[in-house]
Amino acid sequence: MAENNAPFVRHELIEEQLPPVSQRGIVKWVRENLVSSPFNFIMTVLSLWVIYSIIAGSAPWFLNSVWNANSIRECYDILDGVNGACFAVLKERFPQLIYGFKYPSTEYWRPNITVVLLLVALAPVLFRKLPRQLLAFSVVYPFLAYWLIWGGTPLVPVIAFLGLAFGIYCFRRFSARSFAFGVIIAVIAASFFWVLGGYLSEANETFLALEAVPSRDMGGLMLNLLLGTIACSISIPLGIVLALGRQSNMPIIKWICVIFIEFIRGVPLITLLFVANVILAFFFPPDTSIDLILRVIIMMTFFNSAYIAEVVRGGLAALPTGQYEAANSLGLDYAQSMRLIILPQALKISIPGIVNVSVGMLKDTTLVSIISMFDLVGMIRGPILATSEWNGVYWELFGCAAAIFFVICFSISKYSQWLERQLETSNR
Amino acid sequence: MSTSISTERETFRLSMLLNDKRYRSYTFQFFALLVLICIIAYLGKNLVENLAKAGLNISYGFLGDPAGYDINQRLIEYNSQSSHLRAAFVGVLNTLLVAFLGCIMATVLGVTAGILRLSNNWIVAKLMTIYVEIFRNVPILIWILIISSIFMGVLPQPRAFRGENPEATMLWDMFAITGRGVYAPGPIFFEGSLVVIVTFILSIFSIFALRRYARRKLYSEGRVIKTSWLSLALFFIPTVVIFYALGSPIGLEYPELKGFNFKGGIYARGSLISLWFALSIYTGAFIAEVVRAGIQSVDKGQTEAAAALGLRTNFIMNLVILPQALRVIIPPMISFYLNITKNSSLALAVGYMDITSTLGGITLNQTGRAIEAVLLLMLFYLAISLSISGVMNIYNRSIMMKER
Repeated sequence: MAENNAPFVRHELIEEQLPPVSQRGIVKWVRENLVSSPFNFIMTVLSLWVIYSIIAGSAPWFLNSVWNANSIRECYDILDGVNGACFAVLKERFPQLIYGFKYPSTEYWRPNITVVLLLVALAPVLFRKLPRQLLAFSVVYPFLAYWLIWGGTPLVPVIAFLGLAFGIYCFRRFSARSFAFGVIIAVIAASFFWVLGGYLSEANETFLALEAVPSRDMGGLMLNLLLGTIACSISIPLGIVLALGRQSNMPIIKWICVIFIEFIRGVPLITLLFVANVILAFFFPPDTSIDLILRVIIMMTFFNSAYIAEVVRGGLAALPTGQYEAANSLGLDYAQSMRLIILPQALKISIPGIVNVSVGMLKDTTLVSIISMFDLVGMIRGPILATSEWNGVYWELFGCAAAIFFVICFSISKYSQWLERQLETSNR
Repeated sequence: MSTSISTERETFRLSMLLNDKRYRSYTFQFFALLVLICIIAYLGKNLVENLAKAGLNISYGFLGDPAGYDINQRLIEYNSQSSHLRAAFVGVLNTLLVAFLGCIMATVLGVTAGILRLSNNWIVAKLMTIYVEIFRNVPILIWILIISSIFMGVLPQPRAFRGENPEATMLWDMFAITGRGVYAPGPIFFEGSLVVIVTFILSIFSIFALRRYARRKLYSEGRVIKTSWLSLALFFIPTVVIFYALGSPIGLEYPELKGFNFKGGIYARGSLISLWFALSIYTGAFIAEVVRAGIQSVDKGQTEAAAALGLRTNFIMNLVILPQALRVIIPPMISFYLNITKNSSLALAVGYMDITSTLGGITLNQTGRAIEAVLLLMLFYLAISLSISGVMNIYNRSIMMKER
């Protein structure tokens, strides 16, 4: 037979062709993401215009910025009519923005070390992969930080720490018989220790002493961080207790907690700061003077704990009733079932909420500038803008404050999102 | 009978108060109450001693005294001879005004930004993410100060509008946007204006009645009545007809430059505007997150199921997606409205005369009645918070999932 007479047979495969230009690469992406419909196209043009006008407006301001000047007049002279920022104010007033204007400048290393150690102390709490032994440092840290920030003799925090440790030891020892008995013994033991230690530290006030800095000399960003961390760390346990109280089936306890929480949540923080500023002193025994910073910490702790209590209550309510019943059927008492079964799960659910509330608290510490404390915002509005050298430099200063808060708060919220993913155990 | 039920009741012993679970809670509550009463008594004793020592007393008599200070942004008549109570009332109205305006604008901004964040337009979505993150992570006080410094610094002063060849001109000859505030045309009511207003309100009611009627027809007979054009006509025609029939009884008063300042029309001070903008942009960022989460919480299967039933796109949104998304969105929205009201107390920082600035600021400083003033202030905010959350809870319950 004749061979295949077909005029043309392809012997090899055609090379693969790329998809049409409109269906690949950046063109496809642009078509799908930016100009898929007329409305979408208009939105794209509008957003490009917004981005352009923001960049066009701010770029010269940043590019022409002046970093070396001693007053706003010098700044204007250097700029010579050109639109530009006067960042010299940040450079010149940097210590004031960070430490306030009264903290002794020879002692700036102390807050610096405290912040670095804060990160070290927080690390094992934040990242569970780190060795657990590091937690020991986290326990010691508050006492160390107190000594570094406020100065004075280290005997005071050491005795406070040892007294606490002694109290906890006594509690461990005696709580096996009865919870209440253990608590009473622990309180008595710790107070005894503190009273004895008080005499000791009063007798040795200069022992290893750092220069003492009174609370009213704290300022700047340091004050914000100080108020934020102290108020948050006290208010988390307090908030958990309040939430448990609100869930309790003992009516009197429940109503005390409900009234406290709803009252605090119903009023703005600023009125509570007014209370701290002008009223709280009336409620302390006559002839005692409590620092304003301490009064503010008290009110901020109350404020934050009410909000945390609501978050934790949400977590408690989200647990299925079966968990409570399972704990009961195992024969655990209230404290055991809460500690071993309910709270670990409820707190896990509430972590994002607690972090949100704490970030909110940190942001709200700027409100103390309204009762004329010199935190970061207070420093800007008071001692910096009020001077003749820098009167009128709003943007640079407020922009800097905003940037600092943004970096801190944004990283905390990113951390909480990361933690949420880490703790996700349900759908593995 | 062979079985005997042990009905022997345990006699009550004192130690059971501590060891028996049934009675222990009474003991515990009794002690808690005792401790609470002791604390209150102790604080009260300190208060009385301190007041006696400082020669003060608790009295609300100061509320009747003339205030002696001026309030430049006010909704009701007030002068410096009016009482402190009236000043506080002006402050209350100012607080409610900025909170109301802020709630509306924050909702609009937040819902827009929340929906745009889900847009498939990459640039728009990213731009909205940047907006949300920037505003959420910076304290509101800093935003208030920044926006008010923009207002004071960037916008022209009223004197810039003067002269033959002014540096600044009015927007459409109606709005003057100055560093001192915004001047807008205000309505003037002549005789017969009441009739126009009543007609307008009646036509709004009739639109609602029409829609209800249409829905009832739809449910009972399956007949669709188109209401959109009819309601549009109802909205405009009666009011416009009456308005011209009565010879235009409502006029507009335009702001005019007199001397160094504008006169006439509606005047919103810069402090009000900057506080309003700051509150709404800041809270809008939070609302955007909630709206996004709410829309994302509705399962995609719901959209598909509705489409499979043959519903049109706007019906899918209105009847299937929104009711479910709102259930997630409303509760946090309530707390954001409350937050706006509470954050409006930061008016103090820009000098807007709200209740915190009048009662808690100038009145407190002038009379020295700290305890009374702050207590009143707290009660006011508490009342507002409780009533807003009460109203919103009722609304919330009405849209809640009806579970059987």
